[in-house]
Amino acid sequence: MPTFVDMTKCDGCGQCVDICPSDIMHIDKTTRRAYNIEPNFCWECFSCVKSCPQHAIDVRGYADFAPLGHKVRVHRDEEGGKVHWLIGYRDGREKEFTFPIRTTPWGSIPAAQEHQAPGPNDIKSPQLAHEPTALKIDSLPTLEEAQNRG
Amino acid sequence: MAKASRKTVFVDSDVLILGGGFGGCGAAYEAGYWDRDAKIVLVEKANIERSGAVAHGLAAINCYMGMRWGENNPEDHVRYARADMLGLTREDLGYDNARHVDSTVHKFEEWGLPIMRDAETGRYLRQGKWQIMIHGESYKPIIAEAARKTATEVYNRIMITHLVKDKNDPERIAGAVGFGVRDGKYYVFRSKSVIVAAGGASHIYRPRSIGEGSGRAWYAPWSSASAYGLLIPLGVKMTQMENKIVLTRFKDGYGPVGAWFLLLKSHAENALGEKYEPRWFETIKGMVGDYAEQHPFPTCLRNHAMIEEIKAGRGPIYMRTEHVLDTDDKEEKGWEDFLDMTVGQAVVWASMNIDPKEDPSELIPSEPYVMGSHATCSGAWASGPQDISPDDYHWGYNRMLTIKGLFGAGDTIGGTAHGFSSGSHTEGRLAGKSAVEYAGDMKGSKPELDDREIERLKGEVFKPLDNYLVGSNEVVAGEVNPNFITPFQGLQRLEKIMDEYVGGVSSLYVTNGHMLNRGLEMLGMLKEDLDKIGAEDLHQLQRAWELNHRVWTSESVTRHTLFREETRWPGYYYRGDHPNLDDENWHVFTGSTYDPKTGEWHMEKLPQHHLFS
Ligand SMILES: Cc1cc2nc3c(=O)[nH]c(=O)nc-3n(C[C@H](O)[C@H](O)[C@H](O)COP(=O)(O)OP(=O)(O)OC[C@H]3O[C@@H](n4cnc5c(N)ncnc54)[C@H](O)[C@@H]3O)c2cc1C
Ligand code: SF4
Ligand code: SF4
Repeated sequence: MPTFVDMTKCDGCGQCVDICPSDIMHIDKTTRRAYNIEPNFCWECFSCVKSCPQHAIDVRGYADFAPLGHKVRVHRDEEGGKVHWLIGYRDGREKEFTFPIRTTPWGSIPAAQEHQAPGPNDIKSPQLAHEPTALKIDSLPTLEEAQNRG
Repeated sequence: MAKASRKTVFVDSDVLILGGGFGGCGAAYEAGYWDRDAKIVLVEKANIERSGAVAHGLAAINCYMGMRWGENNPEDHVRYARADMLGLTREDLGYDNARHVDSTVHKFEEWGLPIMRDAETGRYLRQGKWQIMIHGESYKPIIAEAARKTATEVYNRIMITHLVKDKNDPERIAGAVGFGVRDGKYYVFRSKSVIVAAGGASHIYRPRSIGEGSGRAWYAPWSSASAYGLLIPLGVKMTQMENKIVLTRFKDGYGPVGAWFLLLKSHAENALGEKYEPRWFETIKGMVGDYAEQHPFPTCLRNHAMIEEIKAGRGPIYMRTEHVLDTDDKEEKGWEDFLDMTVGQAVVWASMNIDPKEDPSELIPSEPYVMGSHATCSGAWASGPQDISPDDYHWGYNRMLTIKGLFGAGDTIGGTAHGFSSGSHTEGRLAGKSAVEYAGDMKGSKPELDDREIERLKGEVFKPLDNYLVGSNEVVAGEVNPNFITPFQGLQRLEKIMDEYVGGVSSLYVTNGHMLNRGLEMLGMLKEDLDKIGAEDLHQLQRAWELNHRVWTSESVTRHTLFREETRWPGYYYRGDHPNLDDENWHVFTGSTYDPKTGEWHMEKLPQHHLFS
């Protein structure tokens, strides 16, 4: 059933409810803990798994085609800028991987308005924000240039 | 379950962005850059931190020119997309995306997206001619951060159900309405300009996995066709809606194949260990003529070879991963490809004891999808940029649709194949800039809403809740009810119709005029039944409106498929009654416009202009 929640670990904080793009992690009224209300609309995107402070959410592959006995666990270390994966095979083999996720501190991206404002008539030009500098070439390519190249 | 309060909330803006995926986030950033005083409101049905097709993250950016290193020119990308689409793309829009896309990608890197580098050249590590490799687990949160910082307000968990036009000018947009999936309020957004960036469509066709596994669709299950379902009923001109896409993917997990074919140099074989594509070349040439000679071999034609090979009894088809993972680095890249963007495929490997270093994996052609930013280009007919577009492709503002003040980006826009994540963000930026310029030009003139219409829509929006409540009183329990069907029951009906009549997997993608007409009859009745959808709670109300958008989109897909009397893209779908490509009559875009007053559909051929040799 794609994601499922460990009854003893979940404290009902709602982080998974807040993040799930499919709106299928809900808090059960009776137990006050989260569960997947619509497993056949779960993409196994792991967004909720990564967001859970208690590591209470796990995934069991889709019953249509995934034999039992596997595990895919993840720890997303936002501060450290890394994501760690542990793959457990049905036959017990394991693999581990770690990948970088970001090179700058979280929250460090400036709003577009923090950059110098464009001139009053610049909006009529075909250039987008930060161009041509951000293109890292001299000027925005034009149709004439392209057609001349043949 | 939360009860709907149905209180009405009004929100005004200069630029209203519907959908905070790649297109929407690009639009918010760009609009904020060009007009420091504009009020920019971004509305999203989920949470922009992890919404849309990139919720997992991605392992590659599939559209990057590398102009700073002289790697590609934008017009070469136009030629590539044109070849892959067997001749038909909006070359003005494609060129425009391609000439700007590098600045988008450079910005991503500056913001903190880790882009892999080639150790020898120091350039971005290429997966293929157009693709670069990234460590993209946090691709979406990074892009969302820039949008959130820039937008005036971001509303998460609001499902937009309808666009609304101006009270006094039926050709002008005035805003959109929807409901809070958490608070049950009725939201009315009034805006000078509106950008639709609500993404493409899964679950139009019955998926191969119909149980739990139906969630493991290739495009996200939440890609609900809203981009098209919002536009079509309003009377916006659509194009190439028949150009659905079938994807060759790792079986069941739908893991992408790009990195395996291009970077890791793996290849596909039939069950006998034969490379099968060359065997089908002559038959393909018989169907599509010289388009078969193009390099790289078009995506749909590769599907076709695989489908024929399976029909000939030589399946399963295998990706021979075990031949290529000979270093730790390659093994890591192979796994990261899936862990970054399709974790479900790693789950399949673990559950089936498949170690890609030792075992091959099955490949399969998926069910069809409808979208506009991949190897396909369904969507709305849009105005192009003034300095590029021929006259009949340009009416005022870049990326404006056929209604004044209404713009689109990403999957929304028709004709712009192969934009992918970076192209969609770029197109969002183009739309954001245009929308803010348009809003500025409209300074004195505010759009007006028709109060009666807004009240009428409110009734329509919440009707599925009433249907459920009233209908349920008549039966003891359960969801078998003569008064309503649930959104899921409706979805299953839709998927069955599309699968069986409009070229899904059960007929191996074959349809014809008779089947399409029969499909339209069935869709007509389903459309009537949309009035009788019963939703138990706000979550189901969201599903009800997702179904509504999918049904409108499906009707459009079916009408376009009926209109184009040829088989342009074997491997995506086949018109059994017109089995070959017919350039003499169909080297054109298909266009459709629904008339909301009469309920009639107007179909037309739209010109294909080639800007490059
Ligand atoms: C498995 C997979 C692999 C891919 N691989 C790559 C790759 O390697 N490289 C690459 O460059 N691209 C890749 N892509 C393509 C890329 O993800 C898309 O091209 C891009 O996300 C399209 O952008 P968009 O803004 O049109 O749609 P999206 O990014 O999907 O955004 C649409 C947004 O609209 C919201 N929305 C929808 N309906 C409503 C509504 N009614 N009301 C409010 N909000 C709504 C959605 O929640 C979503 O946030 C891949 C996609 C998938 C699914
Ligand atoms: S995030 Fe974890 S702890 Fe919080 S509600 Fe969800 S499962 Fe429970
Ligand atoms: S894996 Fe993704 S779709 Fe499934 S419940 Fe978690 S967040 Fe939702």
